[in-house]
Amino acid sequence: MRKLVDTGIRYVLFLSALASVFIVFLILLFTLREALPAFREYGVAPMLTGTVWRPQEDQLGILSMIAGSLLVTLGSVILGVPLAMGGAIFLAEVAPPAVREIVRPAVELLAGIPSVVYGLFGMVVLVPAVRSTFSVPGNSGFNLLSASMVLAVMVLPTITNIAEDAIRAVPRDFKEGSLALGATRWQTIVRVTLPTARSGIIAAIILGVGRALGETMAMIMVIGNSIRMPGPLSQNPLTLFLSQARTLTGNVAVEIKYATGLHEDALFATGVVLFILIMLVNGSARLLIQRGGAE
Amino acid sequence: MSEGTARPTTMTREDVTFRRLVQLAVSQREETSRAKVNLARRHLIQRAAFGLLWLSGMAAVAILLAVVGYVVVQGAKVVNLEFLTTPPAGGLATSDVGGMSTTIVSTVYLVFWTIVFAGPLGILAAIYLVEYAEEMEGGSGLVPIIVSVVRFAVEILAGVPSIIFGLFGYALFVSAVALGWSFSLRSAAATGACLVLPVIIRASEEAIKAVPRSYREASLALGATKWQTAWKIVLPAAAPGIITGIVLSVGRVVSETAVFFVTFGGTVRAPDTVFDLSSPGRSMALHVYYLAMETRAFDKAMGTGAVLILTIILINLLINIVSRRLTAKLKGR
Repeated sequence: MRKLVDTGIRYVLFLSALASVFIVFLILLFTLREALPAFREYGVAPMLTGTVWRPQEDQLGILSMIAGSLLVTLGSVILGVPLAMGGAIFLAEVAPPAVREIVRPAVELLAGIPSVVYGLFGMVVLVPAVRSTFSVPGNSGFNLLSASMVLAVMVLPTITNIAEDAIRAVPRDFKEGSLALGATRWQTIVRVTLPTARSGIIAAIILGVGRALGETMAMIMVIGNSIRMPGPLSQNPLTLFLSQARTLTGNVAVEIKYATGLHEDALFATGVVLFILIMLVNGSARLLIQRGGAE
Repeated sequence: MSEGTARPTTMTREDVTFRRLVQLAVSQREETSRAKVNLARRHLIQRAAFGLLWLSGMAAVAILLAVVGYVVVQGAKVVNLEFLTTPPAGGLATSDVGGMSTTIVSTVYLVFWTIVFAGPLGILAAIYLVEYAEEMEGGSGLVPIIVSVVRFAVEILAGVPSIIFGLFGYALFVSAVALGWSFSLRSAAATGACLVLPVIIRASEEAIKAVPRSYREASLALGATKWQTAWKIVLPAAAPGIITGIVLSVGRVVSETAVFFVTFGGTVRAPDTVFDLSSPGRSMALHVYYLAMETRAFDKAMGTGAVLILTIILINLLINIVSRRLTAKLKGR
């Protein structure tokens, strides 16, 4: 009897384990199935290279959204990576234990703050500040710069945590060898520790990029959601970041609730493009981590 | 004459030796002083670099304090008992009426069902992955493949952006194409369950792995079956870690917006009871979004945001307490 129960339970457990596989399968099935008509009717290439998004007139180009996603991610990397790396090195090598006990929970909590709260803070504090700081015609404050600043804070914990682990994983002997040869602690960090932890650090940054590409609500709230291709507002090419934009995630979230027919399919197609982009990014990070482990 | 000629020679010799000695001393002094200068420079660079590192470490704390402080201080202006206990009303930013009570209720219902759906599934999957699959890895050829496929699927799920979960939930649960549950508590909770499943599986797996082998061996030696061992011995020992995973998932559901934006509906009215699964609702995080983006009632958005942040801080504290107790227990062993 107990044997029988045991076998039965074995199957129940096996099925529970398979649930994750099943869910991944369902996600792929449903997003692809809904996206397929858009890809088929409009074509993959016109969709990826078209800059006009007018779903009511069956114009389904999402290049401006791809550009929006990539630009805001680039902005968040430029603003966030130095800070996040500084934080990681600080936590792993420099901070006294007492300080670490304060900074590490702070970073954790930064990761826990809901994205709507970041979005709200961005709307109320950053957007007006960006609007009044840069007096360029057409700068509403709702733009790539504000969104990049919000996103930089949101990817900071991801990068800091993983990079800190990578730095900590560097064997003690390496550092001690360097210090014994007369190098200072800083020289040891720059010339020995960081190069050794390189693949882990790059993986951390890539995972941060993946996180940035997937962010939705905070982006909707501060980026302006314009469907136009982002471009410079004046002669200065840097005013590109004062331009409104829309992310792939935002495109889906803003329109899905009222979209029907081909429009709805095109939104699913947007999701598929986003999904592939993020899988490529996360996959390369995974590869780097594995290779780093083999070294 | 010979002395005369000899003297200058010896003198030059002494002179040469002396000069050499002087040169050596000078060059040594130069070298040490150069080394000293070099060392001083290196220390200066180090001090500057460490200063920057301190700054970036402190920046994380400063940003946290700025965001949390601003939202809580602004939110405190509207949050009071009445705000917490009256339902939202009066859309305009100027009106003083209306609170957030129904969104708290909706959030609690949503968390409840998400955990009911994902909790058992995740824990059972973790038991299988650790207790059943690993011992068989040497055995039949199929099991290791399945296990690695499951691990891979969990990893993919953990990396999928939430809006993709939302799209999937919208297609499978909400829209009439498949289940046709429309915007409802069950659509939202089912989608949310997919979102937190990898969190629960990973945390439970870690916790179960950490249970010492001797526990299992002792139980099996006493004649207990594998399941009895897993259920009565391993699971209780792994409980704190599993609970950490569950609480983490609660935090994830409370703070998630994108998924529920496209599955929960967003109506101000909460479901009547926790079993009113077919009604739509609006979680606290969604409420912040609607207040900021649609009604433009920023003061109330700040108030709701403040309550949301305090909830998250509370959840983080809970996790810290549980995991601290866990490590204390492991150390005591």
